[in-house]
Amino acid sequence: MTKSETSLVKLDRAGIQKGTDWLVRGVDLSVEAGEIVTLIGPNGSGKSTTAKMALGIMKPNEGRAVRSRGLTVGYVPQKLSIDWTLPLSVRRFLRLTNPLTDAECVEALEKTGAKRLIDAEMRSLSGGELQRVMLARAIARAPGLLVLDEPVQGVDYAGEIAIYDLISEIRGTLGCGILMISHDLHVVMAAADQVICLNGHVCCRGTPSDVSQNVNYQALFGARSGTALAVYEHHHDHVHLPGGKVQHIDGSLCSDCLGEHHEHDHGDDGAEVQLERQNAR
Amino acid sequence: MLDDFFTRALVAGIGVALVAGPLGCFIVWRRMAYFGDTLSHAALLGVALSLLLSINTTLAVGAVSVVIAMLLVLLRRNDTLSSDALLGLLSHSALALGLVCLAFMTWVRVDLLGLLFGDILAVTRIDIALIYAGGGIVLMVLALIWRQLFAATVSPDLAAGEGLRPERTELIFMILTAIVIAISLKIIGALLITALLIIPAAAVRRLSATPEQMAVLAAIIGSASVVGGLYASLNYDTPSGPSIVVAAVVLFTLSLVPGGLLVKWMRTNRSGDQP
Repeated sequence: MTKSETSLVKLDRAGIQKGTDWLVRGVDLSVEAGEIVTLIGPNGSGKSTTAKMALGIMKPNEGRAVRSRGLTVGYVPQKLSIDWTLPLSVRRFLRLTNPLTDAECVEALEKTGAKRLIDAEMRSLSGGELQRVMLARAIARAPGLLVLDEPVQGVDYAGEIAIYDLISEIRGTLGCGILMISHDLHVVMAAADQVICLNGHVCCRGTPSDVSQNVNYQALFGARSGTALAVYEHHHDHVHLPGGKVQHIDGSLCSDCLGEHHEHDHGDDGAEVQLERQNAR
Repeated sequence: MLDDFFTRALVAGIGVALVAGPLGCFIVWRRMAYFGDTLSHAALLGVALSLLLSINTTLAVGAVSVVIAMLLVLLRRNDTLSSDALLGLLSHSALALGLVCLAFMTWVRVDLLGLLFGDILAVTRIDIALIYAGGGIVLMVLALIWRQLFAATVSPDLAAGEGLRPERTELIFMILTAIVIAISLKIIGALLITALLIIPAAAVRRLSATPEQMAVLAAIIGSASVVGGLYASLNYDTPSGPSIVVAAVVLFTLSLVPGGLLVKWMRTNRSGDQP
Protein backbone atom coordinates (compact mmCIF):
# COMPACT_ATOMS: atom_id res chain seq x y z
CA MET A 1 0.00 0.00 0.00
CA THR A 2 1.35 3.40 -0.87
CA LYS A 3 1.45 6.24 1.59
CA SER A 4 -1.40 8.13 -0.01
CA GLU A 5 -3.83 5.27 0.55
CA THR A 6 -3.28 5.24 4.28
CA SER A 7 -3.32 8.99 4.80
CA LEU A 8 -6.05 10.37 7.01
CA VAL A 9 -6.01 13.52 4.96
CA LYS A 10 -4.04 14.48 1.93
CA LEU A 11 -3.73 17.78 0.09
CA ASP A 12 -2.45 17.57 -3.45
CA ARG A 13 -1.20 20.86 -4.94
CA ALA A 14 -4.19 22.46 -3.23
CA GLY A 15 -4.86 26.18 -3.36
CA ILE A 16 -7.60 28.69 -2.52
CA GLN A 17 -8.21 31.78 -4.60
CA LYS A 18 -10.08 34.80 -3.32
CA GLY A 19 -10.87 37.31 -6.04
CA THR A 20 -7.68 37.48 -8.05
CA ASP A 21 -5.40 36.67 -5.12
CA TRP A 22 -4.28 33.26 -3.98
CA LEU A 23 -4.57 32.90 -0.23
CA VAL A 24 -2.41 29.83 -0.46
CA ARG A 25 -1.35 27.73 -3.39
CA GLY A 26 0.36 24.48 -4.27
CA VAL A 27 0.19 22.88 -0.84
CA ASP A 28 1.16 19.23 -0.64
CA LEU A 29 0.53 17.72 2.70
CA SER A 30 -0.51 14.45 4.25
CA VAL A 31 -1.21 13.37 7.79
CA GLU A 32 -0.88 9.72 8.75
CA ALA A 33 -2.32 8.04 11.81
CA GLY A 34 -0.09 8.70 14.80
CA GLU A 35 1.72 11.55 13.11
CA ILE A 36 1.94 15.17 14.23
CA VAL A 37 2.24 17.70 11.44
CA THR A 38 2.77 21.32 12.44
CA LEU A 39 2.08 24.28 10.17
CA ILE A 40 4.00 27.43 10.91
CA GLY A 41 4.26 30.72 9.09
CA PRO A 42 3.72 34.46 9.52
CA ASN A 43 0.28 36.10 9.72
CA GLY A 44 -1.67 35.72 6.51
CA SER A 45 0.56 32.94 5.24
CA GLY A 46 -2.41 30.62 4.71
CA LYS A 47 -2.10 28.35 7.75
CA SER A 48 -5.76 28.46 8.75
CA THR A 49 -6.83 28.30 5.11
CA THR A 50 -4.73 25.18 4.65
CA ALA A 51 -6.27 23.61 7.74
CA LYS A 52 -9.75 24.47 6.45
CA MET A 53 -9.00 22.78 3.15
CA ALA A 54 -7.84 19.70 5.03
CA LEU A 55 -11.08 19.77 7.05
CA GLY A 56 -13.29 20.25 4.02
CA ILE A 57 -14.61 23.61 5.27
CA MET A 58 -13.15 25.27 2.19
CA LYS A 59 -13.00 23.57 -1.18
CA PRO A 60 -9.71 24.06 -3.01
CA ASN A 61 -10.00 26.02 -6.27
CA GLU A 62 -6.99 24.15 -7.54
CA GLY A 63 -5.63 20.72 -6.68
CA ARG A 64 -7.36 18.23 -4.40
CA ALA A 65 -8.13 17.60 -0.76
CA VAL A 66 -8.92 14.00 0.15
CA ARG A 67 -9.96 12.64 3.54
CA SER A 68 -10.15 8.95 4.29
CA ARG A 69 -13.66 7.53 4.49
CA GLY A 70 -15.51 7.52 7.80
CA LEU A 71 -12.88 9.70 9.42
CA THR A 72 -13.91 11.26 12.75
CA VAL A 73 -12.46 14.74 13.03
CA GLY A 74 -11.89 16.72 16.19
CA TYR A 75 -11.41 20.40 15.44
CA VAL A 76 -10.25 23.23 17.65
CA PRO A 77 -10.94 26.38 15.63
CA GLN A 78 -9.04 29.59 16.14
CA LYS A 79 -12.03 31.33 17.65
CA LEU A 80 -15.67 30.82 18.51
CA SER A 81 -18.42 33.33 17.90
CA ILE A 82 -20.52 32.83 21.00
CA ASP A 83 -22.83 35.78 21.58
CA TRP A 84 -23.05 36.87 25.22
CA THR A 85 -26.79 36.19 25.17
CA LEU A 86 -26.24 32.49 24.49
CA PRO A 87 -26.46 30.50 27.73
CA LEU A 88 -23.88 27.78 27.14
CA SER A 89 -22.19 25.80 29.86
CA VAL A 90 -18.93 23.98 29.30
CA ARG A 91 -20.74 20.67 29.76
CA ARG A 92 -23.18 21.56 27.03
CA PHE A 93 -20.40 22.80 24.78
CA LEU A 94 -18.61 19.45 25.08
CA ARG A 95 -21.77 17.82 23.72
CA LEU A 96 -22.05 20.20 20.79
CA THR A 97 -21.46 17.75 17.96
CA ASN A 98 -21.65 14.40 19.73
CA PRO A 99 -23.62 12.95 22.63
CA LEU A 100 -21.45 12.36 25.70
CA THR A 101 -22.16 11.00 29.16
CA ASP A 102 -21.26 13.09 32.20
CA ALA A 103 -18.38 10.72 32.94
CA GLU A 104 -16.98 11.22 29.45
CA CYS A 105 -17.22 15.00 29.84
CA VAL A 106 -15.35 14.88 33.15
CA GLU A 107 -12.72 12.53 31.75
CA ALA A 108 -12.00 14.77 28.76
CA LEU A 109 -11.80 17.90 30.90
CA GLU A 110 -9.55 16.12 33.38
CA LYS A 111 -7.10 15.40 30.59
CA THR A 112 -6.79 19.06 29.68
CA GLY A 113 -6.71 20.22 33.28
CA ALA A 114 -10.06 21.99 33.08
CA LYS A 115 -12.24 19.69 35.19
CA ARG A 116 -13.27 22.43 37.62
CA LEU A 117 -14.76 24.38 34.71
CA ILE A 118 -17.40 21.80 33.85
CA ASP A 119 -20.34 23.91 35.03
CA ALA A 120 -18.84 27.27 34.07
CA GLU A 121 -20.42 29.48 31.44
CA MET A 122 -18.47 29.52 28.18
CA ARG A 123 -18.42 33.29 27.99
CA SER A 124 -16.87 33.62 31.44
CA LEU A 125 -13.79 31.61 30.45
CA SER A 126 -10.41 33.24 30.00
CA GLY A 127 -8.49 32.69 26.78
CA GLY A 128 -6.40 29.89 28.23
CA GLU A 129 -9.37 28.16 29.85
CA LEU A 130 -11.27 28.33 26.58
CA GLN A 131 -8.41 26.61 24.77
CA ARG A 132 -8.37 23.79 27.33
CA VAL A 133 -12.12 23.35 27.05
CA MET A 134 -12.06 23.37 23.24
CA LEU A 135 -9.26 20.82 23.28
CA ALA A 136 -11.23 18.63 25.71
CA ARG A 137 -14.25 18.76 23.41
CA ALA A 138 -12.20 17.72 20.41
CA ILE A 139 -10.51 14.86 22.30
CA ALA A 140 -13.82 13.58 23.68
CA ARG A 141 -14.91 12.71 20.15
CA ALA A 142 -12.12 10.10 20.05
CA PRO A 143 -11.08 11.52 16.70
CA GLY A 144 -9.02 9.81 14.02
CA LEU A 145 -7.73 13.23 13.02
CA LEU A 146 -7.28 16.15 15.36
CA VAL A 147 -6.94 19.60 13.82
CA LEU A 148 -5.73 22.27 16.20
CA ASP A 149 -5.66 25.90 15.09
CA GLU A 150 -3.28 27.62 17.49
CA PRO A 151 -4.13 25.46 20.52
CA VAL A 152 -2.07 27.50 22.98
CA GLN A 153 -3.18 31.04 22.18
CA GLY A 154 -3.85 32.89 25.42
CA VAL A 155 -2.41 30.07 27.50
CA ASP A 156 0.35 31.02 29.90
CA TYR A 157 3.84 29.65 29.44
CA ALA A 158 3.58 26.81 31.95
CA GLY A 159 0.20 25.86 30.51
CA GLU A 160 1.65 25.89 27.00
CA ILE A 161 4.11 23.16 27.88
CA ALA A 162 1.38 21.15 29.60
CA ILE A 163 -0.82 21.38 26.52
CA TYR A 164 1.98 20.43 24.15
CA ASP A 165 2.78 17.46 26.37
CA LEU A 166 -0.89 16.55 26.40
CA ILE A 167 -1.05 16.71 22.61
CA SER A 168 1.78 14.23 22.21
CA GLU A 169 0.19 12.07 24.88
CA ILE A 170 -3.11 12.09 22.99
CA ARG A 171 -1.31 11.04 19.86
CA GLY A 172 -0.01 8.07 21.84
CA THR A 173 -3.28 7.06 23.50
CA LEU A 174 -5.73 7.72 20.67
CA GLY A 175 -3.26 6.93 17.90
CA CYS A 176 -4.76 9.77 15.92
CA GLY A 177 -3.09 11.98 13.37
CA ILE A 178 -2.68 15.61 14.42
CA LEU A 179 -2.55 18.66 12.19
CA MET A 180 -1.57 21.64 14.24
CA ILE A 181 -1.11 25.32 13.53
CA SER A 182 1.36 27.23 15.60
CA HIS A 183 1.74 30.92 15.08
CA ASP A 184 4.29 31.16 17.83
CA LEU A 185 7.17 30.51 15.48
CA HIS A 186 9.62 29.85 18.21
CA VAL A 187 7.74 27.17 20.03
CA VAL A 188 7.62 24.41 17.51
CA MET A 189 6.03 21.52 19.13
CA ALA A 190 8.35 19.05 20.70
CA ALA A 191 7.07 15.86 19.19
CA ALA A 192 6.21 17.20 15.75
CA ASP A 193 7.22 14.66 13.14
CA GLN A 194 6.94 17.12 10.34
CA VAL A 195 6.98 20.90 10.26
CA ILE A 196 5.65 22.69 7.22
CA CYS A 197 6.53 26.33 6.94
CA LEU A 198 4.00 28.29 4.90
CA ASN A 199 4.16 31.68 3.30
CA GLY A 200 1.41 31.58 0.71
CA HIS A 201 3.10 28.43 -0.52
CA VAL A 202 5.17 25.72 1.15
CA CYS A 203 8.35 27.54 2.03
CA CYS A 204 10.16 24.56 3.50
CA ARG A 205 9.40 21.36 5.35
CA GLY A 206 11.06 18.71 7.45
CA THR A 207 11.70 17.80 11.08
CA PRO A 208 11.69 20.71 13.56
CA SER A 209 15.46 20.95 13.62
CA ASP A 210 15.72 20.66 9.82
CA VAL A 211 13.31 23.53 9.38
CA SER A 212 14.99 25.74 11.94
CA GLN A 213 18.25 25.39 10.04
CA ASN A 214 16.64 25.89 6.64
CA VAL A 215 17.77 28.98 4.72
CA ASN A 216 14.25 29.76 3.56
CA TYR A 217 12.94 29.61 7.12
CA GLN A 218 15.70 31.87 8.34
CA ALA A 219 15.09 34.27 5.46
CA LEU A 220 11.41 34.42 6.36
CA PHE A 221 11.76 34.85 10.09
CA GLY A 222 15.23 36.30 10.40
CA ALA A 223 18.49 34.53 11.15
CA ARG A 224 18.03 34.70 14.91
CA SER A 225 14.96 32.54 14.74
CA GLY A 226 17.24 29.64 13.89
CA THR A 227 19.13 30.03 17.10
CA ALA A 228 15.97 30.53 19.10
CA LEU A 229 14.91 27.01 18.31
CA ALA A 230 16.81 24.71 20.52
CA VAL A 231 16.43 21.01 20.92
CA TYR A 232 15.99 20.33 24.56
CA GLU A 233 14.83 17.66 26.96
CA HIS A 234 12.66 19.15 29.58
CA HIS A 235 12.46 18.23 33.17
CA HIS A 236 8.99 18.91 34.43
CA ASP A 237 6.46 16.37 35.50
CA HIS A 238 4.16 19.07 36.77
CA VAL A 239 3.35 22.70 36.19
CA HIS A 240 2.31 25.47 38.53
CA LEU A 241 -1.07 26.91 37.71
CA PRO A 242 -2.19 30.39 38.63
CA GLY A 243 -3.63 30.35 42.13
CA GLY A 244 -0.87 28.12 43.49
CA LYS A 245 -2.30 24.82 42.28
CA VAL A 246 -0.09 22.24 40.77
CA GLN A 247 -1.04 20.22 37.77
CA HIS A 248 0.72 17.01 36.95
CA ILE A 249 1.38 15.83 33.46
CA ASP A 250 -1.46 13.37 33.75
CA GLY A 251 -3.78 16.32 34.29
CA SER A 252 -4.43 15.75 38.00
CA LEU A 253 -4.41 18.74 40.29
CA CYS A 254 -3.13 19.15 43.83
CA SER A 255 -2.66 22.11 46.11
CA ASP A 256 1.14 22.06 46.09
CA CYS A 257 3.90 20.07 44.52
CA LEU A 258 4.94 18.23 47.72
CA GLY A 259 8.64 18.65 47.08
CA GLU A 260 8.44 16.87 43.80
CA HIS A 261 10.92 19.08 42.03
CA HIS A 262 12.92 16.08 41.01
CA GLU A 263 13.95 15.83 37.43
CA HIS A 264 13.42 13.06 35.00
CA ASP A 265 13.79 12.61 31.30
CA HIS A 266 10.91 11.64 29.19
CA GLY A 267 11.27 8.21 27.71
CA ASP A 268 10.31 9.23 24.21
CA ASP A 269 12.70 9.93 21.44
CA GLY A 270 13.80 13.25 22.77
CA ALA A 271 13.07 15.25 19.67
CA GLU A 272 11.68 17.94 21.87
CA VAL A 273 12.22 21.41 20.73
CA GLN A 274 11.33 24.42 22.70
CA LEU A 275 11.81 28.10 22.85
CA GLU A 276 14.42 29.78 24.83
CA ARG A 277 12.43 32.92 25.17
CA GLN A 278 15.21 35.19 26.15
CA ASN A 279 16.90 34.47 22.82
CA ALA A 280 13.77 35.19 20.96
CA ARG A 281 13.46 38.72 22.20
CA MET B 1 -65.51 31.50 20.76
CA LEU B 2 -63.70 32.82 17.71
CA ASP B 3 -66.66 35.04 16.80
CA ASP B 4 -65.27 37.84 18.87
CA PHE B 5 -62.58 39.79 16.97
CA PHE B 6 -60.60 40.33 20.14
CA THR B 7 -60.51 36.64 21.01
CA ARG B 8 -59.37 35.95 17.47
CA ALA B 9 -56.57 38.50 17.85
CA LEU B 10 -55.51 36.97 21.18
CA VAL B 11 -55.45 33.42 19.83
CA ALA B 12 -53.56 34.53 16.72
CA GLY B 13 -51.11 36.70 18.65
CA ILE B 14 -50.26 33.97 21.16
CA GLY B 15 -49.77 31.53 18.29
CA VAL B 16 -47.28 33.93 16.72
CA ALA B 17 -45.46 34.55 20.02
CA LEU B 18 -45.07 30.83 20.74
CA VAL B 19 -43.17 30.40 17.47
CA ALA B 20 -41.36 33.75 17.54
CA GLY B 21 -39.81 33.05 20.97
CA PRO B 22 -37.62 30.06 20.11
CA LEU B 23 -36.83 31.38 16.64
CA GLY B 24 -36.02 34.81 18.06
CA CYS B 25 -33.45 33.25 20.40
CA PHE B 26 -31.49 32.03 17.40
CA ILE B 27 -31.85 35.44 15.73
CA VAL B 28 -30.31 37.02 18.82
CA TRP B 29 -27.59 34.38 19.30
CA ARG B 30 -26.64 34.57 15.65
CA ARG B 31 -26.77 38.40 15.58
CA MET B 32 -29.23 38.37 12.71
CA ALA B 33 -31.61 41.10 13.88
CA TYR B 34 -31.09 43.10 10.74
CA PHE B 35 -31.87 40.04 8.66
CA GLY B 36 -35.27 39.84 10.37
CA ASP B 37 -35.82 43.51 9.59
CA THR B 38 -34.97 42.96 5.94
CA LEU B 39 -37.46 40.13 5.60
CA SER B 40 -40.22 42.04 7.35
CA HIS B 41 -39.72 45.13 5.21
CA ALA B 42 -39.85 42.94 2.15
CA ALA B 43 -43.22 41.76 3.42
CA LEU B 44 -44.74 44.97 2.03
CA LEU B 45 -43.73 43.86 -1.43
CA GLY B 46 -45.48 40.57 -0.72
CA VAL B 47 -48.66 42.41 0.22
CA ALA B 48 -48.55 44.42 -3.01
CA LEU B 49 -48.09 41.23 -5.03
CA SER B 50 -50.93 39.49 -3.24
CA LEU B 51 -53.27 42.36 -4.14
CA LEU B 52 -52.04 42.46 -7.71
CA LEU B 53 -52.49 38.72 -8.23
CA SER B 54 -55.40 38.43 -5.77
CA ILE B 55 -53.89 35.57 -3.79
CA ASN B 56 -53.73 35.05 -0.03
CA THR B 57 -51.60 37.73 1.64
CA THR B 58 -49.80 35.39 4.03
CA LEU B 59 -48.81 33.03 1.23
CA ALA B 60 -47.58 35.88 -0.97
CA VAL B 61 -45.61 37.46 1.87
CA GLY B 62 -44.11 34.09 2.76
CA ALA B 63 -43.08 33.48 -0.84
CA VAL B 64 -41.46 36.92 -1.20
CA SER B 65 -39.60 36.51 2.12
CA VAL B 66 -38.26 33.11 1.09
CA VAL B 67 -37.08 34.55 -2.23
CA ILE B 68 -35.35 37.45 -0.45
CA ALA B 69 -33.67 35.03 1.99
CA MET B 70 -32.33 32.91 -0.84
CA LEU B 71 -31.26 35.98 -2.80
CA LEU B 72 -29.29 37.07 0.22
CA VAL B 73 -27.53 33.71 0.51
CA LEU B 74 -26.64 33.84 -3.20
CA LEU B 75 -25.41 37.44 -3.14
CA ARG B 76 -23.36 36.81 -0.02
CA ARG B 77 -21.48 34.01 -1.76
CA ASN B 78 -20.26 36.44 -4.42
CA ASP B 79 -18.49 38.64 -1.88
CA THR B 80 -19.52 41.77 -3.77
CA LEU B 81 -20.84 43.75 -0.82
CA SER B 82 -20.56 43.26 2.91
CA SER B 83 -23.38 41.38 4.55
CA ASP B 84 -25.01 44.35 6.27
CA ALA B 85 -24.79 46.52 3.16
CA LEU B 86 -26.52 43.74 1.22
CA LEU B 87 -29.22 43.52 3.89
CA GLY B 88 -29.77 47.27 3.75
CA LEU B 89 -29.97 47.18 -0.02
CA LEU B 90 -32.50 44.37 -0.10
CA SER B 91 -34.49 45.69 2.84
CA HIS B 92 -35.06 49.17 1.56
CA SER B 93 -35.43 48.34 -2.10
CA ALA B 94 -38.13 45.79 -1.25
CA LEU B 95 -39.88 48.22 1.10
CA ALA B 96 -39.78 51.05 -1.43
CA LEU B 97 -40.84 48.79 -4.28
CA GLY B 98 -43.76 47.51 -2.20
CA LEU B 99 -44.94 51.01 -1.29
CA VAL B 100 -44.65 52.24 -4.88
CA CYS B 101 -46.60 49.22 -6.16
CA LEU B 102 -49.33 49.82 -3.60
CA ALA B 103 -49.58 53.47 -4.64
CA PHE B 104 -49.93 52.50 -8.31
CA MET B 105 -52.83 50.18 -7.62
CA THR B 106 -55.41 52.91 -7.36
CA TRP B 107 -58.24 50.43 -7.68
CA VAL B 108 -57.53 48.88 -4.28
CA ARG B 109 -57.73 50.67 -1.00
CA VAL B 110 -55.09 49.47 1.39
CA ASP B 111 -54.91 50.24 5.06
CA LEU B 112 -51.23 51.12 5.01
CA LEU B 113 -51.07 51.85 8.72
CA GLY B 114 -52.57 48.44 9.42
CA LEU B 115 -49.89 46.80 7.29
CA LEU B 116 -47.07 48.72 8.90
CA PHE B 117 -48.21 48.53 12.50
CA GLY B 118 -50.61 45.59 12.70
CA ASP B 119 -54.38 45.57 12.95
CA ILE B 120 -56.17 43.29 15.37
CA LEU B 121 -59.48 43.91 13.65
CA ALA B 122 -58.18 42.30 10.49
CA VAL B 123 -57.51 38.84 11.95
CA THR B 124 -59.74 36.21 10.35
CA ARG B 125 -60.30 32.53 11.08
CA ILE B 126 -58.24 31.66 8.03
CA ASP B 127 -55.38 33.72 9.44
CA ILE B 128 -55.60 31.76 12.69
CA ALA B 129 -55.56 28.47 10.80
CA LEU B 130 -52.51 29.64 8.84
CA ILE B 131 -50.72 30.82 11.97
CA TYR B 132 -51.21 27.53 13.81
CA ALA B 133 -50.52 25.31 10.80
CA GLY B 134 -47.49 27.35 9.69
CA GLY B 135 -46.28 27.85 13.24
CA GLY B 136 -46.61 24.15 14.01
CA ILE B 137 -44.54 23.24 10.96
CA VAL B 138 -41.92 25.86 11.85
CA LEU B 139 -41.57 24.52 15.40
CA MET B 140 -41.36 20.94 14.18
CA VAL B 141 -38.63 21.72 11.66
CA LEU B 142 -36.80 23.83 14.23
CA ALA B 143 -36.84 20.89 16.66
CA LEU B 144 -35.44 18.64 13.93
CA ILE B 145 -32.55 20.94 13.04
CA TRP B 146 -32.05 22.24 16.60
CA ARG B 147 -28.85 20.37 17.35
CA GLN B 148 -27.21 21.17 14.03
CA LEU B 149 -28.34 24.79 14.05
CA PHE B 150 -27.06 25.20 17.58
CA ALA B 151 -23.64 23.82 16.63
CA ALA B 152 -23.55 26.11 13.58
CA THR B 153 -24.45 29.06 15.81
CA VAL B 154 -21.59 28.41 18.22
CA SER B 155 -19.11 27.98 15.38
CA PRO B 156 -19.93 27.38 11.71
CA ASP B 157 -16.33 26.32 11.06
CA LEU B 158 -16.40 23.80 13.86
CA ALA B 159 -19.70 22.36 12.66
CA ALA B 160 -18.46 22.11 9.08
CA GLY B 161 -15.10 20.68 10.12
CA GLU B 162 -16.77 17.93 12.13
CA GLY B 163 -19.05 16.78 9.36
CA LEU B 164 -22.24 18.80 9.85
CA ARG B 165 -23.58 20.96 7.07
CA PRO B 166 -24.04 24.43 8.56
CA GLU B 167 -24.84 26.18 5.26
CA ARG B 168 -27.82 23.97 4.60
CA THR B 169 -29.02 24.28 8.19
CA GLU B 170 -28.72 28.07 8.02
CA LEU B 171 -30.75 28.21 4.82
CA ILE B 172 -33.52 26.18 6.45
CA PHE B 173 -33.42 28.54 9.42
CA MET B 174 -33.76 31.58 7.14
CA ILE B 175 -36.79 30.03 5.46
CA LEU B 176 -38.36 29.36 8.87
CA THR B 177 -37.82 33.00 9.77
CA ALA B 178 -39.47 34.05 6.52
CA ILE B 179 -42.53 31.92 7.35
CA VAL B 180 -42.82 33.39 10.85
CA ILE B 181 -42.65 36.90 9.46
CA ALA B 182 -45.38 36.11 6.96
CA ILE B 183 -47.74 34.80 9.63
CA SER B 184 -47.01 37.67 12.04
CA LEU B 185 -47.69 40.48 9.58
CA LYS B 186 -51.32 41.15 10.48
CA ILE B 187 -50.77 41.10 14.23
CA ILE B 188 -47.54 43.05 14.56
CA GLY B 189 -47.18 44.88 11.27
CA ALA B 190 -44.20 44.90 8.93
CA LEU B 191 -42.16 47.51 10.76
CA LEU B 192 -42.16 45.83 14.15
CA ILE B 193 -42.08 42.07 13.56
CA THR B 194 -38.40 41.84 14.44
CA ALA B 195 -39.19 43.28 17.87
CA LEU B 196 -41.34 40.26 18.76
CA LEU B 197 -38.47 38.02 17.71
CA ILE B 198 -35.77 39.83 19.62
CA ILE B 199 -37.17 41.51 22.72
CA PRO B 200 -38.64 38.41 24.45
CA ALA B 201 -35.38 36.53 23.86
CA ALA B 202 -33.38 39.44 25.27
CA ALA B 203 -35.71 39.72 28.26
CA VAL B 204 -35.24 36.12 29.39
CA ARG B 205 -31.50 35.87 28.86
CA ARG B 206 -30.66 36.43 32.53
CA LEU B 207 -33.27 33.95 33.68
CA SER B 208 -32.08 31.08 31.52
CA ALA B 209 -29.43 28.51 32.28
CA THR B 210 -29.71 26.52 29.05
CA PRO B 211 -30.55 27.41 25.45
CA GLU B 212 -33.72 25.31 25.54
CA GLN B 213 -34.90 27.01 28.71
CA MET B 214 -34.32 30.37 27.08
CA ALA B 215 -36.39 29.33 24.06
CA VAL B 216 -39.35 28.24 26.21
CA LEU B 217 -39.19 31.33 28.44
CA ALA B 218 -39.00 33.60 25.38
CA ALA B 219 -42.20 31.99 24.06
CA ILE B 220 -43.91 32.63 27.42
CA ILE B 221 -42.74 36.25 27.70
CA GLY B 222 -43.75 36.82 24.07
CA SER B 223 -47.24 35.50 24.79
CA ALA B 224 -47.51 37.72 27.87
CA SER B 225 -46.51 40.72 25.75
CA VAL B 226 -49.18 39.83 23.20
CA VAL B 227 -51.89 39.59 25.86
CA GLY B 228 -50.80 42.83 27.58
CA GLY B 229 -50.35 44.68 24.31
CA LEU B 230 -53.66 43.61 22.81
CA TYR B 231 -55.61 44.62 25.93
CA ALA B 232 -53.89 48.01 25.86
CA SER B 233 -54.62 48.30 22.18
CA LEU B 234 -58.32 47.63 22.84
CA ASN B 235 -58.58 50.01 25.79
CA TYR B 236 -56.58 52.93 24.44
CA ASP B 237 -57.39 52.44 20.77
CA THR B 238 -53.72 52.15 19.82
CA PRO B 239 -52.44 50.07 16.90
CA SER B 240 -51.86 46.48 18.02
CA GLY B 241 -48.26 46.07 16.87
CA PRO B 242 -46.70 48.98 18.76
CA SER B 243 -48.77 48.14 21.85
CA ILE B 244 -47.43 44.57 21.91
CA VAL B 245 -43.89 45.82 21.43
CA VAL B 246 -44.29 48.36 24.25
CA ALA B 247 -45.54 45.57 26.53
CA ALA B 248 -42.50 43.47 25.59
CA VAL B 249 -40.17 46.39 26.28
CA VAL B 250 -41.74 46.84 29.71
CA LEU B 251 -41.09 43.17 30.49
CA PHE B 252 -37.54 43.51 29.18
CA THR B 253 -36.91 46.52 31.41
CA LEU B 254 -38.22 44.61 34.42
CA SER B 255 -35.79 41.79 33.63
CA LEU B 256 -32.91 44.24 33.90
CA VAL B 257 -33.66 45.04 37.54
CA PRO B 258 -31.63 42.61 39.64
CA GLY B 259 -33.82 40.77 42.14
CA GLY B 260 -31.36 41.39 45.00
CA LEU B 261 -31.26 45.09 44.26
CA LEU B 262 -35.04 45.35 44.47
CA VAL B 263 -35.12 43.67 47.89
CA LYS B 264 -32.26 45.86 49.13
CA TRP B 265 -33.96 49.01 47.89
CA MET B 266 -37.16 48.10 49.72
CA ARG B 267 -35.23 47.32 52.92
CA THR B 268 -33.22 50.54 52.92
CA ASN B 269 -36.39 52.52 52.31
CA ARG B 270 -38.11 50.82 55.21
CA SER B 271 -35.15 51.31 57.57
CA GLY B 272 -34.94 54.92 56.39
CA ASP B 273 -38.48 55.46 57.65
CA GLN B 274 -37.51 54.42 61.15
CA PRO B 275 -36.33 57.23 63.40
